Amino acid sequence: MIRRRLVTLVPTVLGVVTLVFLLVHLVPGDPVDVMLGETANPADKAALRAELGLDRPLAEQYLGYLAGVARGDLGRSILYRRPVAELLAARIPATLELSAAALAVALILAVPLGVAAARRKDTAVDRGSLVASLLGVSIPNFWLGPLLVLAFSVHLRWFPVSGRAGWASLVLPAVTLGTALAAMLTRMLRSSLVEVLGAEYLTAARARGVGEGRVLWVHALRNALLPVITVLGLQMGSLLSGAVVTEAVFSWPGLGTLLLQAIHGRDYPLVQGCVLVISLGYVGVNLLADWAYRWADPRVRG
Amino acid sequence: MRGIATALRRIPGGRVFVLAAAGCLALLVAGAVLAPVLAPADPQAIDLDGTLEGPSRAHPLGQDRLGRDVLAGILYGGRVSLAVGFSVVGVSLVVGTGLGLWAGYRGGWVDEVLMRVVDILLAFPGILLAIALAGVLGPSLRNLIIALCAMGWVGFARLVRGEVLSLREREFVTAARVLGAGPVRIALGHLLPNLVGVLAVQATFGLAGTILAESTLSFLGLGPQDVPTWGGLLSQGVDYLLFAPHLALFPGLAILVAVLGINVLGDVLRDRLDPRAGPSGERP
Repeated sequence: MIRRRLVTLVPTVLGVVTLVFLLVHLVPGDPVDVMLGETANPADKAALRAELGLDRPLAEQYLGYLAGVARGDLGRSILYRRPVAELLAARIPATLELSAAALAVALILAVPLGVAAARRKDTAVDRGSLVASLLGVSIPNFWLGPLLVLAFSVHLRWFPVSGRAGWASLVLPAVTLGTALAAMLTRMLRSSLVEVLGAEYLTAARARGVGEGRVLWVHALRNALLPVITVLGLQMGSLLSGAVVTEAVFSWPGLGTLLLQAIHGRDYPLVQGCVLVISLGYVGVNLLADWAYRWADPRVRG
Repeated sequence: MRGIATALRRIPGGRVFVLAAAGCLALLVAGAVLAPVLAPADPQAIDLDGTLEGPSRAHPLGQDRLGRDVLAGILYGGRVSLAVGFSVVGVSLVVGTGLGLWAGYRGGWVDEVLMRVVDILLAFPGILLAIALAGVLGPSLRNLIIALCAMGWVGFARLVRGEVLSLREREFVTAARVLGAGPVRIALGHLLPNLVGVLAVQATFGLAGTILAESTLSFLGLGPQDVPTWGGLLSQGVDYLLFAPHLALFPGLAILVAVLGINVLGDVLRDRLDPRAGPSGERP
């Protein structure tokens, strides 16, 4: 089953690599002129054109790019004059740290809120969590971030305004990035838990003398988490692209800020590298979510 | 988020919230449409005596770093958001529906190819591809629209293809075929009318998503540079958070109200037009 899933991924990954390769060819005009400026020295232009392989036929460039990607060679950055792969490797930990922290924030907020809303269905707690969720999913990252900075950095001085230096600097970016996910998971968990709590197997467990706490946190929650895992997998995409925006707000030195630097500096090999790594990371995360779902639900193991 | 507004309307006091969201959206749209009449000043007019001034009688939402009127910027920025939103959703709707009908009804290699392309585009997380496209093409209104259309049609194509797969087995389609209707006639005359409801709902949510994406790209400096946009105003405002928080506050509020209001509208539409969707928006 898992092997089959991996096989179906091959054309998708190949398609992603192809689109990323084609990105440079979408540049209006001559990419070398755009990167170096039209007045640049012709020898420099020729050198860059040769380095990027733009002087070769398209098919040859494509095969060369594929071979490079397979070896982990993503070309050289024009801004930094270093291998793209090396620059990416240096930035990946920061983005992983931010995404993982945002995921943790989302779960820490969503599990208690979702459980409380489901247990106290149709009470003030439930309604409060509903309104909070609605605001949480609707508020754009790039507005929530500055609002949090205004409140917690400028006025209260609890956390630094931007940058990455220790745990304190991680808090605001993680909350900014995790809020929308938390809101979505809260609603999802609440509705699936409400459904599960009426199930007969829970009545059976209670009849066997299982305590209410164990019924809720072990028996009910495990089943209620199934749809949540699916949503989590699907939402990883917005988490990763949200990370680009959140990194921009907080000057967080991850892949997102690197991508924006590359875009604004017209460093196309670096743009390609960033997009490729983030997308392949997303494909990988979806695969993990799929496995997690199989682990949690023996019925689909087959 | 789909379904939340529906749930909200069922609780006491929730209706008021939904109506308020719809009212604010209506105000924002009216403001954008009537911007030339309503704006207290030209959004580009520089007033170096009023840099970073807070709200005043002449400038109800204050002035930016060059003394430009924030309210005027927001009203005119709304025009950009609405224009981008409607054009991107319009193009995506037509292209996505056309491809979805073709692939769903014809099946075979057309369907194979379309679904492969859809899978590949969906492998790029969120709006990453739009960021990359807009970045590579260069910041302008036209490129912003191209970048968002490149992502926008996928949702429509997937939705329509799925619907058509089940619709084409229904008896009225067989009947039309027996009566001699060709594939184009069946697709446009028999299948499409059955999709109007789901498409209207998808288009409404698509409009909210597009406006959010447009604001995000403008915030990142990938939108048009010569006209005010909500994302652009907000991004400039962030630089002056310490001295003039109103510069970041009001444009963000406009984005929130627009996205929230349109999503609420989508929820209401779905309840009316899409009888098969469950209470939280999932479809069987």
